[in-house]
Amino acid sequence: MAISSQRSSDGSRSYSLYLIPGAIGFILIVLIPQLANLGLSFTAWKGVGTPRPVGLQNYHRLLTDDQFWGSMYHTLLFIVSMTVIPVCIGLVLAALLFDYVRDQFGEWVSSFFRAGFYLPQILPVTVAGVLWGWILNPVGVINITLKAIGLDNLAQNWIGDATYALAAVSLVIVWIQVGYCLVVFMAGLSRIDPSLYEAAELDGANWWSRLVTITIPLLAPEIFVVVLTTLIAALKVFAPIFVITAGGPDNSTLVPSYLTYYHFFTTQRVGYAAAIAVVQTTLTIALAVIFLRFQSQQEAKE
Amino acid sequence: MAYSVLSDGTTKAKATAAADRARRDPMRWVVLAILILLLAFTLFPFFLALLNAVKASAEYAVGGPLSIPRSIDLAALEKFWTVSDFGRKLLNSVVISLAVSVLGVLISLFNAYAIGVGQVPGSRVILVVFLLGIMVPQESIIYPLYYMAKASGLYDTQLSVIIIFAVLQSAFGTYLLSTVLRTFPKEILEAAEMDGSTHWKTLWFVIVPMLRPTLMVLGTFFFIWTWNEFLIPLVMLVSNNNQTVSVAMGLTRGQNMSDPVLQASAAFLGIIPTVIFFLIFQRTLTRGIAAGAVK
Repeated sequence: MAISSQRSSDGSRSYSLYLIPGAIGFILIVLIPQLANLGLSFTAWKGVGTPRPVGLQNYHRLLTDDQFWGSMYHTLLFIVSMTVIPVCIGLVLAALLFDYVRDQFGEWVSSFFRAGFYLPQILPVTVAGVLWGWILNPVGVINITLKAIGLDNLAQNWIGDATYALAAVSLVIVWIQVGYCLVVFMAGLSRIDPSLYEAAELDGANWWSRLVTITIPLLAPEIFVVVLTTLIAALKVFAPIFVITAGGPDNSTLVPSYLTYYHFFTTQRVGYAAAIAVVQTTLTIALAVIFLRFQSQQEAKE
Repeated sequence: MAYSVLSDGTTKAKATAAADRARRDPMRWVVLAILILLLAFTLFPFFLALLNAVKASAEYAVGGPLSIPRSIDLAALEKFWTVSDFGRKLLNSVVISLAVSVLGVLISLFNAYAIGVGQVPGSRVILVVFLLGIMVPQESIIYPLYYMAKASGLYDTQLSVIIIFAVLQSAFGTYLLSTVLRTFPKEILEAAEMDGSTHWKTLWFVIVPMLRPTLMVLGTFFFIWTWNEFLIPLVMLVSNNNQTVSVAMGLTRGQNMSDPVLQASAAFLGIIPTVIFFLIFQRTLTRGIAAGAVK
């Protein structure tokens, strides 16, 4: 008894040695910077010299900053293009490919479509930005084409006009995101028993009612995960904005991440930028906690 | 996969049933046509970039972006390659991504060994803390990291980016590998221990060989994620010689607006490596992303 308990405590101690590289890395790269950022959010600092403590002043300023509230509002809109629309399109496509196309045309055709829709998802966002910037700019592909077919008055300054810029960027984001939803949903569907569909079909259920009564309820875990991960991603969307519009025109596509970047590295209002980052982090952690809770509930169910 | 394995009666029955359904369902061509249209919309930008990257500027000026090039003209591709020093950017991306995938997998493996096999006290809490590390926005750590890099002389070195991403991405790796290792057959570990194997030897000679496929998937993921990263390399790698493809692309905005063929070439060159990874790792990627999302 004594020997075995000593052995196991030795064992556990030597196993914990393996945590050392990861723990040092985590402390240096995540924990200290995170705490430092929190600390900085209570100061005024230009990035040189000593930060000057100002208490809650930065947060107070946030409350009345139109740019900040504008960026939060845009985040809400980007949730539509990053979460709501891609999840809906992804669900319909996944169900169609899994439950219809695979039966009618075979596994190969369904995999081909999945791969095709997935491609934009693994493109570096900056490359997607260059590509779409080229298509959407005033002398870009869309306008040239519209003019060529005589629809001159439909041609717009898509990314240079505050009226259209947000919609244009949203379109690019939808284009990027659909593949992610589709792939996760199709993987989820592969664990559903096909005989369910066959039975429903024999009972005369059409494709739409199979989607509503079988696919969506059984995919609930995947839907939840995709919704949460894309919500978290929507909160920190940065690269597409940086590349396509830089937050403009007239701040019409400004998002919190870009605002933070702008204040850190352009205006050098480090403390203020840190405060925005803290708000963003808090929102993200809240979502992450919900996510982890849900996952452990799922595990408990299994 | 599982589909091809089934070759017994049920598959045949299913196949005939499907064929029956196919015959009585004329809707199938409508559905297929809609899907092809959607796919065409999705892939059209890629096609446009290819079409115009190999077009002569004069031809673009006359025929616009939709005309089929009469001859292949690589001048714009060559020009962008030279102007952006693209070969160098590619090399930088490869070096950084490869280093991150090796280092990241190693850190993940060590962490997961302690958590999944060693069951060190507080494993669950440790896992959650690691995971929060990757979920929080990078904006909230970028300035302190930038400051620390400057203070330590690592600013504008590829090493800084490699360390940062190896640590950040190992959060996901730790999570994934811990769940795998938690269900690792105990008998094998006990047998190794009976033979007098140390923890270190068990890890390398028993666990790593068995986990090799999972480790490869994880490494692939780290490689592609790092390849696509933007904010941190943008801040850390200021000099042209150290930049990655992703950063170089992010900074071409507006620069070549006046030359649409050059812009198409830039996009095309940025797309090529992705398409190559995609063709090589398609299965790994699609399966892995699902595994990552739902454990």
